[in-house]
Order: sequence, then structure tokens, then C-alpha cells
Amino acid sequence: MWTVIEQIFPYAIIFTIPLLITALGGLFSERSGIVNIGLEGLMIIGAFSGALSIYYLQGIMPNNQLALWIGLLVAAIAGILFSLLHAFASINLSANQIISGTAINLIAAALTVFLARNITGSGNIRILSGFKPIDIPILSQIPVIGDLFFTKTYPTTWFILAVLLISTFALYKTKFGLRLRSCGEYPQAAEAAGVNVRRVRYTGVIISGAFSGLGGALIIVTYAGEFTGTVSGLGFLALASLIFGQWKPFGVLGATFFFGFASTIANVSQVIPELSAFPPIILKIFPYVVTLIALVIFSKSSQAPKAAGETFDSGKR
Amino acid sequence: MRTTIVSLLAVLLGLLAGALLMLFIGSNPIEGYSYLLQGGLKNIERIGNTLATATPIIFTGLSVAFAFRTGLFNIGASGQMLIGGLVATGIGLTLDLPKGILLLVMVLGGLLGGALWAFIPGLLKARFNVHEVVSTIMMNWIAYWTVYYVVPGYFKGEFLETESRKLPESASLKVPFLSELFAGSYVNLGLFIAVIAVIIVAFIINKTTLGYELKAVGFNRYAAEYAGMQVNRNIILSMLISGGLAGLGGVALYTGNANTIQIGILPTQGFDGIAVALLGANSPIGVFFAAVFFGLLYSGTGFMNAMTEIPPEIANTIIAIIIYFAATSVLIERLIAKGKKKRSKEDTTGPVVKKGEL
Repeated sequence: MWTVIEQIFPYAIIFTIPLLITALGGLFSERSGIVNIGLEGLMIIGAFSGALSIYYLQGIMPNNQLALWIGLLVAAIAGILFSLLHAFASINLSANQIISGTAINLIAAALTVFLARNITGSGNIRILSGFKPIDIPILSQIPVIGDLFFTKTYPTTWFILAVLLISTFALYKTKFGLRLRSCGEYPQAAEAAGVNVRRVRYTGVIISGAFSGLGGALIIVTYAGEFTGTVSGLGFLALASLIFGQWKPFGVLGATFFFGFASTIANVSQVIPELSAFPPIILKIFPYVVTLIALVIFSKSSQAPKAAGETFDSGKR
Repeated sequence: MRTTIVSLLAVLLGLLAGALLMLFIGSNPIEGYSYLLQGGLKNIERIGNTLATATPIIFTGLSVAFAFRTGLFNIGASGQMLIGGLVATGIGLTLDLPKGILLLVMVLGGLLGGALWAFIPGLLKARFNVHEVVSTIMMNWIAYWTVYYVVPGYFKGEFLETESRKLPESASLKVPFLSELFAGSYVNLGLFIAVIAVIIVAFIINKTTLGYELKAVGFNRYAAEYAGMQVNRNIILSMLISGGLAGLGGVALYTGNANTIQIGILPTQGFDGIAVALLGANSPIGVFFAAVFFGLLYSGTGFMNAMTEIPPEIANTIIAIIIYFAATSVLIERLIAKGKKKRSKEDTTGPVVKKGEL
């Protein structure tokens, strides 16, 4: 059993990272008071713009990892620009945030395939090469931990974990974090204390756009290598992780890792004898069923930001 | 009246955005739209296909709109469609009955399948206050994987692993008189069931105590509770009906428009239902017309794509943009209010802004 875990652990991590960064983005948005079910669409935008820019850059500078990093940056920027649609609708126009998020999902899915079809003819964009997994010297020699965490690892994994740490610090130890959280809990009080609620909420949504765009592009540069017009529901899974993780950065880390591990098990179950005893359908629906159960368990003690999803009305006390 | 104007303006803005996109890729939008209209309406067969394309969307639109009236956001119409279609297909491939009775059993099976799939989120919402948006999304993926393994396991097609066996003629909602009437179109009995559903849903919402209670719960569940209504029971009932309607959409799609069920696809009609409900202002008649409009966009794009360089995804793009404008209708309402103000020079108060749903 241990060798099985050792084998699938690196894959589980690869699968976890895009989910983690997207859910973390969702965390910033919801903590500021804006529900963002457009994460899926923002991921698609990131996957598309990342794949597209890398596709062209690799033509100009072949065999250069810089192209991949630039692609990730482009994806984050595209995510920001797109998330502004959601921010504008839900902050300035008091739109229903669920509908606005749904619109973001629909626009992203349709528009990217429309554009990709015009560019490549098939609607798919394949990049020449992504990041190569490497064994980190010395650290990978450490028993147990080395095999689990430092073999077949991507540089992006460490980058995203750093973002997680910085986000946690920003959220709990800085003035910005305090203001962000207060806007999600009781925006009228925050406003009375002199906080510009709308600006803070814009920041929250923008961060979610940048992070989800990044998440979408990470799929392209690690395990997918090709934009196909969808991220197969990962954005929704990120949303579930956010709730499962109770709107806390390390809760989200645990939830996304759970999903990453469960999905990897389901994907490789057929080639691993110890797992092939389970019917594949059980392994595939396992994460979703567990999420439903978790929602029931947490429903009594939900840590959801109290004002999330509510239009800000400074007259309401 | 105001909601109609808002919807029409949203459609107009969406079409305008579509035209800009066509210009952007170097095509002629007037030519594009004229081919799109021709593709959907040119002859009786194409009109039939437009109506057939609209049929599942009428059901999902009704489904989402009905739940919406109770303040519930059913984002799981896709999953309910899949299960409804799976149950109906399973019955159609297994039972050997005369066509009329078989179809009746299939339709009822699909209705129950969809209702059951929505019952779970409804129960979780009523009993544990689990938000239905997340639970219905989870149920979508559970339905996706259920179909993914049940179809190849029990109803595998002769040639393809990825779809079910073809339904026999006796288990198809297609009937000769309709196909002949529409010159070989794939329009089918699903359309009739959809029209009946529109009428029944309109009746329930507008004329029955149940409809009144559901709306009351949607407006203010605490007030409804205070008035002695059984809020939790109404929430579950609303989800059951909503899921049943989506299940019927699955029946229409998989045993009417098509004669197989494919694996690995979440039917997009489930999400179109949200769009249609929004555009139709949650009224059954509005949903019907919005769905027919979507049917026209979808069925016309094939012809447009054949005659021009414009990819068929333009239909989805236009629809998505329409939703965005419908969602931000406050912008449009403000413009209308501004226009009125200018004309009458009276000091009118701003439009009433509805509070966020969540």
C-alpha cells in the first residue's frame, strides 16, 4: 500500500495545485463579500490565454522556460480583466451574484472556443512543451518525505505554496486582510470605520480573477499541455473546496488536497491492483458524495462570510 | 411590461455584441445574421428543427424558473436531465410494450428520475440548510459519472462504447405524422409535452394555493413561516417539480431529438435553462418564447457556419452575453428611468433594486 501512495502522491499534488490557487482566489472574493461562482469561467479564460500566449512565444523562443512563466502572467492578467465584468455587475449594478457568475462561466466557455476555432481551426490549442517534473537534489534523498514531496515536482508547485503562505499572512496579519474580512462580515460597520467597501470588494474579486486565471493556465503547463475549451468542472470543485475548507486558507489546502488525492486514485485505480477491486463509479463519485456529507456536517457551524452574496447597501444597518 | 422591455433590450445588446465579434474576425454581420435566420426558418423542415432544438430548453427553462419562484437556484438541471434521459432510455430499451403505453411509462420514468435527483438537494436545503447551488453542482457530477458507467455497462451500443444502443422506433418520441408534417424534421412529441408543461406550470404558479405558497416562500421565507406555511415542505416540493421538469427535458433530448444517450457530456441545455428563465422573467410564457429564440440561434448557426467563416460557437457567445446584460438589467432600467426623467422633468425615484439572492 505504501508504494501505491508513494507512486500516486506526486500526481495528486500536480492535480491539487490548480484547484488550490483557484479556491484561494475564491476565498478572497467571498471574504470580501462577493460570491464568485464564475471561477470555472475564469479558469477557462486563464487556460485559453495562457495556452495561446505560450503557443506563440514558443515559436519565437523555443526551449525557454521563460515562455511558460510569461504565459502564466498573461493568464493572471486575463483573469483579472474578465473578473472585472463580475465585479462591475455585482458591486456597481447590484446584479444577482449567482447569475452574474453563471454569465461569466457561459461567456468564457463560448468565447474562448469561438476565438480558438478562428485561430487554430479546431478549437484546441496545443503548446510545444510544459514544465518538466524534476527531483530536487539532496531533499529528495530524505527518507519518506523526500519520496512524497520532493520527487517529480514542478517549480510551479512551490510558487503556489508560497502564494498560499503570503495570502494567509495578508489575510490575518495585515490591515488589508482585516478590512477585506470585515467587508464580508459586516460591510456597514466597515464603512462606518472609514473603509471603502466597494474598492475592497473590487480588490477581492480581482484577486480571485488573477488566481483562477493562474489556476487554469497551470493545468496547461503541467498535466494537460492543450487547451480544449473546458477545465472539466475544476472551478466548481474549487468552489466546493472553499466551502469544505470553511473559508480558511489551510482548510482550503486540506480540502483541495483531498480532492486531488481522490481524483488521482479514481484516475489510476485501473492500473493499481490494490484499487481495482473497487468499482470505478464509486471512486469517481466519491469526492462529490463526501462534499455533500461535509456540507451537511458543517451546515450547523458554517464559517461563511455573513455578508457574502448580499448587495452592499450603506443605508442598511 | 418593464421586464419585457429589459429582456428585449438585453437580446438586442447581445445580438449587437455578436455583430461586433463577427466584425472582429473579419466577417460581415448582416450576412451572418441573414444566414442564421435562413438556417432556422428557411423552410418547414428547418422550422421543425428549430422547435425541436427549443424543446429541451423549454423544459429546463421552466425547471429553473419554477425553482426560482421559491427562491431556489436550481443549477443542477443538467444532471436531472441526464438521469431523466437515462431512466427513459433504460425503460425504452428494456420493456416490450405497445408504443403509446411504452412512451407513457418512459415519460413518467424520466419525470421521476429528474425529480429524485432534485429531491436530494431539496432535502438537504430544507433539513440542513445546505446551499442548493453547491449541492446541485455536486449532483450534476454524480449524474455525469453514473451515466458514464451505467450506459456502457448495461445499454452499450453495437459499435460505439460511448453511447447507448439506438432506441427502437416504438420507444421514440418521433412519430410519423409530425415528421411528415414538418417535411422530415426531427421535431417530436416532446414539443407537445413541453407546451402542456408550460400551461400546467403557469396554472400552478398563478392559480393554485400551492403556487401562492411557493411564491410566498420565495419572497420572504420568514414571513411565510410566520403565516403558518410549511416552508421546508414547500422547498422540497418545489425542487421535486423543478427536477421533474428538467427530467422531462432529458426525455425530450435523448428519446426525441436523439435516439441514443451519450456518455461524457453534461447537456448544455441545463445551463441554457438558467438563461431562458432569466430572459423570460420566470414566467412560463416568457420562458417558452425565450427558449424558441435560443432554438433559432442554435439551429441557425449550422447553416451560417456552412455559408460563412463564422464558427457555430457564436450562438453560445451571443446567449452568454445576453445573460450578462439580463443580469445587469439595473443598468438598462436606470437608462429607461433616466429617459423618462428627461421627458417628464419630474423627480422620479430610482428603480427598486432587488437585494442579492444569496
